[in-house]
Amino acid sequence: MKVLVAMSGGVDSSVAAAELRREGHDVVGVTMRLWGGESDTGCCSVSDVDDARRVAQQLRIDHLVFNFSEDFSTHVVDPYVDAHRAGTTPNPCIECNRHLKFDRLSQRARLLGFDAVATGHHARIERQPSGVWRVARGADAAKDQSYVVHMLDQRELAYTLFPVGHFTKAQVRERARELGLRTASKPDSQDVCFISKTGGRETFLGHRIPFRSARVVDESGKELGTVDAVEMITVGQRRGLRLPGGAPKQFVLDVDTERQTVVVGEESRLSRNDMHVGRVSWSHEPLPIGSEVMVQTSAHGATQPALLEEVDTNSVVVRWREAQRRVAPGQSVVFYDVTDRLVLAGGIAS
Amino acid sequence: MGRLAYLDHAATTPMRESAIAAMAPYLAEHYANPSGSHRFSRMARTAIDEARDDVADVLGCAPGEVVFTSGGTEGDNAAVFGAVRRHGGVAVCSAVEHHAVLHCVEHLHGEVVVADRFGLIDLAALKQTLERVAQRGERVAVVSVMAVNNEVGTITPIRDVARVVRGSAEHAVFHSDAVQAACWLDVRDIVAVTDVVSFSAHKFGGPKGMGVMVVKKGVTLEPLIMGGGQERDRRSGTSNVAGIVATAAALRETVTTREAEVVRVAELKRLLIEGICSQLPDVLETVPGVGTTETRPSARNIASTVPGVAHLCFADVESEALLFLLDEAGVCASAASACASGAMEPSHVLRAMGVPSRFAKGALRLSLGHTTTSDDVAHAVTAVVASVRRLRTTQ
Repeated sequence: MKVLVAMSGGVDSSVAAAELRREGHDVVGVTMRLWGGESDTGCCSVSDVDDARRVAQQLRIDHLVFNFSEDFSTHVVDPYVDAHRAGTTPNPCIECNRHLKFDRLSQRARLLGFDAVATGHHARIERQPSGVWRVARGADAAKDQSYVVHMLDQRELAYTLFPVGHFTKAQVRERARELGLRTASKPDSQDVCFISKTGGRETFLGHRIPFRSARVVDESGKELGTVDAVEMITVGQRRGLRLPGGAPKQFVLDVDTERQTVVVGEESRLSRNDMHVGRVSWSHEPLPIGSEVMVQTSAHGATQPALLEEVDTNSVVVRWREAQRRVAPGQSVVFYDVTDRLVLAGGIAS
Repeated sequence: MGRLAYLDHAATTPMRESAIAAMAPYLAEHYANPSGSHRFSRMARTAIDEARDDVADVLGCAPGEVVFTSGGTEGDNAAVFGAVRRHGGVAVCSAVEHHAVLHCVEHLHGEVVVADRFGLIDLAALKQTLERVAQRGERVAVVSVMAVNNEVGTITPIRDVARVVRGSAEHAVFHSDAVQAACWLDVRDIVAVTDVVSFSAHKFGGPKGMGVMVVKKGVTLEPLIMGGGQERDRRSGTSNVAGIVATAAALRETVTTREAEVVRVAELKRLLIEGICSQLPDVLETVPGVGTTETRPSARNIASTVPGVAHLCFADVESEALLFLLDEAGVCASAASACASGAMEPSHVLRAMGVPSRFAKGALRLSLGHTTTSDDVAHAVTAVVASVRRLRTTQ
């Protein structure tokens, strides 16, 4: 097959490319140029492109660079800024997967005659006996990235390969070492690629939106303090609230950017029996009401059982079997099957 | 993969045999540093003196006005930064300059003058800009306008620009990036009316990493590179003797063969453009004008382009995708410029020219040179037509 491998300059995508080459496919590596601004994190920066290119040379495959910075701005950066303006906490890496890797890039790949797109994600793609494609968790539970690739639909799933999903992370690094790849011991990139380590989220957003202060109040409305930037506050947050010490720990229960108010209370006040999830993408078809699902609400969080109480084409209401902490609006929520292995759908907590 | 059809001569062109032959002895045999005091050094010294005389003769300037550099980028930087640092004041350039000029001017918070739809600096706007600087009580340190645009091939009527510069900023250093000019124009005309000119050897069949700057007598620039005082203190660093000798040889051969080459290549360009445009709809010949075999550009209502650059814009196609398919078909071409990561940047030149986005996104530069044959052109026509059709019909 003619496969286009997305190479970020990291060890996972390096080994993904190597595996495909080993399997005898006609492989071309591509690095997407997404962010043109300041960056010192380890994803797709200029030095990462160099790493990707050199690995490609070692593997004797062609390496291309596609400039998708306009799409990245429109679909990832601008929405990230807007979400903060509205007081929600987005996950830009998921939007990058949704709009860039598994949309813009796969479309370009089809246009150029490739039979599949591959990435180094720690996840697997399985075809069920029924013919339905599913994302399955990667072999290494600690590194599983099925959560961030939950949005692939049947068309994309049939076109995508995850060559390292059945390896553990240790096996991936071992493989890279065996092949003498320069990225074998390169640390994983943890951060958002367009937020610099030095400035952080605050500097980035500070240049783009006017921060507004907010009153910090308890549920009765009693004012307890203030914060300088309501846009930086997240539901569930405990630190950085500048509250007087001594009292039981206060958690952010709600953020209202319009009224410039942050409501805090004890942890138990975060407890919820249900959750509204919008922008739902179904891997296959919407599930019936009453379906049992396992729900994951953060990249490496534990899943919790729930039932789908209401189901719409792009929104659901989920009822937890046991009350759970409120999920910060803007966070991604992914539904797995009852065996907690296969992705069924995903969306965004509202 | 069969033979490559190389149509990227504006990016670089193969070294001429005469240049390779000229430089060979200076690599392992006559390798002395020309700045030394022994006879071995004197031999190397003589080689560069002779090369300098030769270059001066070809360019129509005095040997003392020739400065050897590491290339066009250095020459451009030296002109812009050199003028501002020496004389103080504002740097001015056109919006279609190569980044080696544009980024310098932007870095210095200078003035960028708009261009017209042909990719020519707007002379009225230039005059206004120069006058505005004067009204602010500032002086213009340097005005930089390229002789030939590297992306779309437009030839600047440099005499007309000189008239405006001398008229509205008489003390400014007038610089022209002539990196794309040597193969196609009689550059003596450019040298005659400017203060500083930059050339790049690898664009006319010399080695990469070498360039020539003409700095007219009486014009002073603060040197970009200081050190041992070579090039009469204008550009320090051990002379690249082999590179200098090769550069002179390449330039001499270029100028000797130019008139015939201009005619030969203009015809190949015509076949290339007609071949493509006759088989595809929705193609823009980016500079709406007349290709020329004239080496002295003149007409103002028609923009002339050099024979070596054929620039087209295809609607509903993306340059990156097109270049990929052309590469698969063995055709080497380019579009706009690459950034540090190797990705293509949208063209600032096309934007300055007001080319509609639908077309600008599908820009393609096919450039011809001294080794281009009619087979290359035929191969390119076939590949471009097939690739554009494929991209337009695949869903």
